[in-house]
Parts: sequence; structure tokens; C-alpha cells
Amino acid sequence: MSVLSFQCEHRYCGGFHLDVAFDVSHRFTALFGPSGSGKTSVLNMVAGFLRPQQGTIVLKGRTLLNTVQRVSLLPEKRSVGFVFQDSLLFPHRTVEGNLRYGQHRHNRRGHSSDFSRVVDVLEIGPLLRRFPRNLSGGERQRVALGRALLSEPELLLMDEPLASLDAPLRDRVLTYLERAVAEWNIPTLFVTHAEGEVRRAAQWVVLLQAGHVVGAGTPDQVLGLAASRLAPDATR
Amino acid sequence: MELPLALLNSTEWTALRLSLQVALCSALFSLPIAIVAAYGLARFEFPGKWLLQVVVDLPLVLPPVVTGYLLLVTFAPRGPIGSILHDVFGIRIVFTWLGAALASAVVSFPLMVRAIRLAFQGVDPRYEMAARSLGAGHLRAFFTVALPLARRGVIAGFMLAFARSLGEFGATIMVAGNIEGRTRTIPLAIYTFANQPDGMAAAWRLVGLSILLAAAALVTNEWLERRRSPDVRA
Repeated sequence: MSVLSFQCEHRYCGGFHLDVAFDVSHRFTALFGPSGSGKTSVLNMVAGFLRPQQGTIVLKGRTLLNTVQRVSLLPEKRSVGFVFQDSLLFPHRTVEGNLRYGQHRHNRRGHSSDFSRVVDVLEIGPLLRRFPRNLSGGERQRVALGRALLSEPELLLMDEPLASLDAPLRDRVLTYLERAVAEWNIPTLFVTHAEGEVRRAAQWVVLLQAGHVVGAGTPDQVLGLAASRLAPDATR
Repeated sequence: MELPLALLNSTEWTALRLSLQVALCSALFSLPIAIVAAYGLARFEFPGKWLLQVVVDLPLVLPPVVTGYLLLVTFAPRGPIGSILHDVFGIRIVFTWLGAALASAVVSFPLMVRAIRLAFQGVDPRYEMAARSLGAGHLRAFFTVALPLARRGVIAGFMLAFARSLGEFGATIMVAGNIEGRTRTIPLAIYTFANQPDGMAAAWRLVGLSILLAAAALVTNEWLERRRSPDVRA
């Protein structure tokens, strides 16, 4: 069963035309493609930060966007978690303050807090009283992931969360990401242009090029296709 | 340097009290409006934005006497707004300390908006996007993320407006007059004493006091700017 059904079209002022349709039915789906192919725009549309000119987005049977019916849920009503490339932890709040920021959403629904579980799985207990500027890049991304998980999203979006980290750290943080996604069983849409991350983590890959889907399948299927279709720098 | 405050007579004390009252009230009154205007100008594109910017900045370039005259005409008991305030609420603005506060608020408003707008422009809007992805609505994202991150600019804008209000003269004398004990703030008192043959000593005392107050406002602002808040402590 499809978790997310996405079909959107958007024409930018500069002439870039994005016309993308795909379904997410696996736990870990990668949006893969070169810079400028529209990956981040797709995430922004799912999260509600960018409204496409035409399209529909359905998450677990719930319509997030339908331009024909003029339905467009506000970002805060979509139950979609977002981990940004540069973490965007609130600099004026401690790690604990950041982690608890999204908790009000499920507290209002009456769900129990999952705080200590998130802290344990991501091993961020010793960091709770620190401020973001005193964290390393890897620690920041773990906290950002924890913050998104604690808002209990129905879908997790990650926009190149490892891109700002060096290679050894990427491996470690990716391990935490995989562990957390498995532990909470949250469907995840992961934007990357790093082949290694796709091979290691993704169960399904959607290949984007110049605003269009040019392939979808398992990592082996799509990476083979990508190597033949995309410029070498896209598959580093 | 310590000003011999004990040497101030009751007229000068009243001028000091009135100045502080007027400056504080005008800055406090302007603050929420300035925050909304600054945030709107910093974050949104809308038709007529340029016009709003011109209206906000106008008192900065208009002669204060012109601003004062326009306020006088508008808020006089028979003016378009003054008549409503007077007839419906029984509030009189012209020739009261409220008039002085209003004049100060209008004249110092552009400075306050400018400082706060710059602060909001310095806050990455994606922090608010992050807040909204965590379930916060517009208002919660504003009050818990954008405003705290822009707080230094907000404080700087408040202090600038407060200091500017302490020195307001032209618009104040048009709207509030120069009534001893009621609307005579320090600048007006200095002007009055300077025009009296035996008023030079009093004028000098108030000049010294003005310098002290203005310096204190700027030093406080500087201190708040430099103070390292917990999130930037190494």
C-alpha cells in the first residue's frame, strides 16, 4: 500500500519546469539525482513550504494538497517531519528545548512522550543541556533527527542530512538514521546525490533529472540507470 | 562624573520625570506596532509594500515641526481622530503629556522599525519552517523562534526610540505645547530657561542631565548588544 502519493507540476519564473509523480511504499525511499534536478523542491512541496501550481499529494489516505479541490494543508497540519541539511536547531534553545519543541503536537493528542527512547537510541543524553553551537555537525544532525521523531510524524523527510559531514562521520550518523527509522518504523523520504548513501540505506530509489522522474526501482536497478543517464558528478 | 541631582529644583525634577514618562510610554506604545510592521516588511511581499515603507520612514526625513503640525490637526478636539477620542472616550491628546508621548512615538517610530526589521532579516526564515514542520502555527513559530532570535534588534530598537524620545522637541512643542508641570519635558525646559535672563544655570544643569540620560541609554544598548547570551557562550 502506498504511504505517499505525489503528483505535482510547477513552472518556475526562470523557466525550470518540475513535473514529478511517484509513490512511496517502502520504509526508506531515496530521491536521487544531480543538483538542480528538483529533489529539494519535491520535499518542500510535501512539507507544505512550496505550493505547486498543479497537483495532488496524499499521505496515508489523507489529502495534503489537491489544487483542483483547492485543498492545501498548512505545514503544521501535515504531520510531516523534516530534517534539514544544516540541521536548523533553534540556537536559543538547549538540545532538550529543541527536542521538546515538537512534542506539544502529540501531547495534545494524548500520546505518551517518547523522549527517553529517542535520547537513548540516538545517544544524545550527555548533550541535553548544551546549546547547538557547542555541538559537532554529527551531534547536531542526531538532535535534529530526534526533534523530528518526537513530533511523531507520519512521514519523515530528510534533505541531504549528511551532506555537510565528512566521510567517517557520515557513516556513523547514517547508522543512527537507519537505527531510528527502523525503531520507529516511520516511512522516510531521503534526498541525496551520494550513491553510497543510496546503496547502503535505500530500499527504493526515485531518480530525478531536470525536474522529471527518469527512473524508479531498487538501488541496483536505478544506480545502473543513473550511471548511464546522468553526468558523472551526479553519481559520486 | 556624578550630576548633583540634589541641586535640581522642583521644576527641573518635574521636567525630568515628564521626560522619562513620555519617552517610556512612547517607546512601549510603539513597540508592538513596530514589531508587526518590521516583521511584515522583513518577511512578506505584498502590493503596496513600498508605500508602507515610505509611510514608516517619513517621520525620519520630515521636519519634526511638520510632523507635529499634522498630528496637531489630526488629534485636535475637532480633528478627524481627536474628535472621536474626545467625544467617545473623553481622551484629550493635544496639550497633554499624551500628546508629547504621541509626538515622540511618531518621530522615533522609523528608528525602532529599522532596527527591528534588520534583526528579522538576519534570522534565517527556515528556522520558522522548521518550527512549522514540528507542528507550530504561524503565531507560535513567531513568538518562540523568530522573536527570540531577533531580540537584540528589538531591544536596540526600543532603546534607540527611547533615547530619541528623550530629545524630541519640534513635534512635541507643536502637539503638547510647553506647559510647565504638564508637558514641559527636558528639551522644552532647556529652551525655556535659555530664554530667561537668570535661567542659564538651570539650563546647564538640564543640558548635563540630558547628556547623562542619552549616554546611559546608549551604554545600556551597547551593553545589551555585547552581552553574551547563553546560546552564544563558548
